[in-house]
Amino acid sequence: MPEAPLGGAAALPSPVRPRAALDALLLRGGLWVAAAVLAVGLVLPLATLLLRAFEDQAGQFVGLANFAAYVTTPALLGAAWNSAWTAALTTLVVVPTAFLYAYALTRSCMPLKGLFRAIMLIPVLAPSLLPALALIYLFGNQGMLRGLLMGESIYGPIGIVIAQCFYCFPHAAIILAVALSTTDARLYEAAEALRAGRLRIFATVTLPGARYGLVSAAVVVFTLVVTDFGIPKVIGGQFPVLATDVYKQVVGLQDFNMGAVVGIVLLLPAVGAFLLDRWAQGKRAATLSGRAVAYVPRPRRGRDLPLLGLCLGVAAVLVGILAIAVWGSLIRFWPYTLSLTLDNYDFARFDATGWDSLLVSVRMAALAALLGSVLVFCTAWLLERGTPPSRLGGAVRFAATLPLAVPGLVLGLAFILFFNHPANPLGFVYGTLAILVLNCVVHFYTVAHLTAVTAIRQLDPEFEAVSASLKVPAWVTFGRVTVPICLPAILDIAVYLFVNTMTTVSAVIFLYGPDTKPASVAVVHMDEAGQASAAAAMAVCILGVTLSAKLLQVATGGLVERATQRWRRRV
Amino acid sequence: MLRRMLVLALSLALAPLAAEAQQRTRLTVYTALENEQLQPLKQAAEAALRDIEIAWVRDSTGVITARLVAERQNPRADVIWGLSVFSLLQMEGLDMLEPYTPRGAEALRPNFRSDRSPMTWTGMDAFVSAICFNTVVAQQRNLPRPTTWADLLNPAFRGQIVMPNPNSSGTGFLTIAGWMGSMGEQPAWDFMTRLHENVQVYTHSGSAPCNNAARGEYGLGISLDMRAVTLKNQGAPIEIIVPTDGVGFDMEGTAIVRGTRNLDAAKKLADWAVSRAAMELYGRWYAVLALPGVQPAVRGYPSEFEQRLVNQDFRSIAARRDQILRDWAARFDGKSAPRN
Repeated sequence: MPEAPLGGAAALPSPVRPRAALDALLLRGGLWVAAAVLAVGLVLPLATLLLRAFEDQAGQFVGLANFAAYVTTPALLGAAWNSAWTAALTTLVVVPTAFLYAYALTRSCMPLKGLFRAIMLIPVLAPSLLPALALIYLFGNQGMLRGLLMGESIYGPIGIVIAQCFYCFPHAAIILAVALSTTDARLYEAAEALRAGRLRIFATVTLPGARYGLVSAAVVVFTLVVTDFGIPKVIGGQFPVLATDVYKQVVGLQDFNMGAVVGIVLLLPAVGAFLLDRWAQGKRAATLSGRAVAYVPRPRRGRDLPLLGLCLGVAAVLVGILAIAVWGSLIRFWPYTLSLTLDNYDFARFDATGWDSLLVSVRMAALAALLGSVLVFCTAWLLERGTPPSRLGGAVRFAATLPLAVPGLVLGLAFILFFNHPANPLGFVYGTLAILVLNCVVHFYTVAHLTAVTAIRQLDPEFEAVSASLKVPAWVTFGRVTVPICLPAILDIAVYLFVNTMTTVSAVIFLYGPDTKPASVAVVHMDEAGQASAAAAMAVCILGVTLSAKLLQVATGGLVERATQRWRRRV
Repeated sequence: MLRRMLVLALSLALAPLAAEAQQRTRLTVYTALENEQLQPLKQAAEAALRDIEIAWVRDSTGVITARLVAERQNPRADVIWGLSVFSLLQMEGLDMLEPYTPRGAEALRPNFRSDRSPMTWTGMDAFVSAICFNTVVAQQRNLPRPTTWADLLNPAFRGQIVMPNPNSSGTGFLTIAGWMGSMGEQPAWDFMTRLHENVQVYTHSGSAPCNNAARGEYGLGISLDMRAVTLKNQGAPIEIIVPTDGVGFDMEGTAIVRGTRNLDAAKKLADWAVSRAAMELYGRWYAVLALPGVQPAVRGYPSEFEQRLVNQDFRSIAARRDQILRDWAARFDGKSAPRN
């Protein structure tokens, strides 16, 4: 899942290889390390999961019996249908809204664009549980705006769809903003010269230009909704969906085989969406030629004012939901004693791990960011520049794009089945911080990998060629030239890994041990026990950490820029 | 410069890992106790047994039971402390408990300890199902005050009742076991089928229904006495109702997991779990304790409930626990959608 898309890959220049034999051997060794990590963290667990779906509880091969049992259980099939239609409905709401928002950001002259861009990112920084908890305060049976539902209950599809809209909005808006910003102004000039009306220009130039972006956005939103676990868990009531079914089978009934079957069912739409998105990306890359002229919007009140209104409305909803969650976490006893207190932040009263879970999360996220960005960036460089194209390289490249199609719950389940297998010598990592870090790095690998590849491909391969002819080992060039130049991209990767590891629930909920319960899992547990205020408080703490990380990135961004990027500017 | 920063960051991130190395024996303790009990019990036990450290793994009864059963080839728990006796008896049947009679266990009430010798489990306290009735919501929605389980079938309660899912929650299971004990098995299923019409949601945990009722999300939650008393003492507008037509009850107990690598330390903890000091601690939350003569400190318990406990055969219900839960799931769990 692209939890926060960063960008796509650019065109491929031909790589230049270092010459010294020892050098090449070492670099190839590095590639083997990357291959081993991806094998242990992705390929082998998924293979175990696939095998388990065809076994019974005792480990005997039973063919398709589990799938037959799945198809004949009406409740499970119903859940698949529920997942599909809530995802479709969310997509129908989010994509048009996000399109208009992105349109306003890229094609209008409204004021405060920077602010709107920043606000749009809020949901990315919060765990998906946060909007669901906020909705209870707004539309629950004691909610402030309960009347708006006209007697319907928020616990069920209505709550799921509203919360998913909040959670998915930035993902769609980012993709669409990128799609809309790469347009050719000459097309508009031509259309105007032909005296086409505004609506006609919109329908014949703007929309077709963004059509692959629209496909990508729709696919991403649909998959996010189908595979998200936090929102239906909190606000789904008795409304079963695929993601909560996996959890119920595995955690509630400890039926790993049926869990594996549901996991595979969950994998299908995600893989389908992944293939569709790849197709759309390939098409999109070809839409802009080298001679394109950047489109610069001119002010026009009839367009700018309504768009400003829309953006204000959307931003108000995003900030409002966040504010409700913060306020809810500060209330003494909802809804009867509305005085404010910090009691709900005394987590030891609600959950055995207390504040420790937040420390676990921060440590886990810091390690994932640190080790993950080193692994991702070195691997990307080895693939692009360090080693000649090889079958191993091809396999690593494929494995690096695969995690995007694997939902977190499925990856988490695959991890338990693989690492907890009695015959696995790696079983000792089960329940440790190490397995959580490995899981998170693999889970969010693809987007980080694509960012690294894009950054590296912007560098001229001449650097490696020149240093090779000067007999400087390739890794020296890597350390002295490539890394400093790409530092902003590496920082992006690190923050991306940090934020997503802090907020993810789906994979880690199967993997934590007695001392390694992450804060996001604590939110789920406190909500399960009916402690909504404490759950909201913990979700707010997570948001506080991710927001600080993001602000730190912005603050240090200038420093890094000055230290490493000054050469880009012409003096 | 960059390298120095990396080294610094790495050592900062890894430092807490290194500091965790300890001399004490770490016991992994699986429990379904309520969250606020964990910290005080851990502190008291670690203070009394200086060379033991407790690492809790807590979840609802059904989840912990399923996890223990699933892990029985390769057990990860050393001790079970605070789990429903239905689950303990089921595990005794699977030969998963290490026989050991803790020091002082003979002093416990006879029905609060294993009848085997050596014992397989020892009791801590008992708790009952209770109804949390939100008086504010009742006034708004004109709900009559129920006094019996049968009163809950009144159509006025439609969509206003929350109850724990017995597959995950021990409270949910003891409640339906109580109905089976007092009504008989078939009438109990009929009762649940009719009650299902009024139930809005089946929650994961046993305390969630009372928490929800206390917040007015629903009018009435079927929950456990301890949660109800705690919330009422906190000022929630709820009334605790112990139905007059018999309530189910459950005991929580302690056991050593067969196959533990820390048997000596586990035995010490099992000894402490039946000590007077431990019982006094349990008495901070529960009114019925395994050791006679310990005065519970908890306030606000409805005084009449001890006479209303149904007479139930723990062993026979424990033997059928899996079957009852499967039947329940087939009847009620799959039905989707909040009906309103």
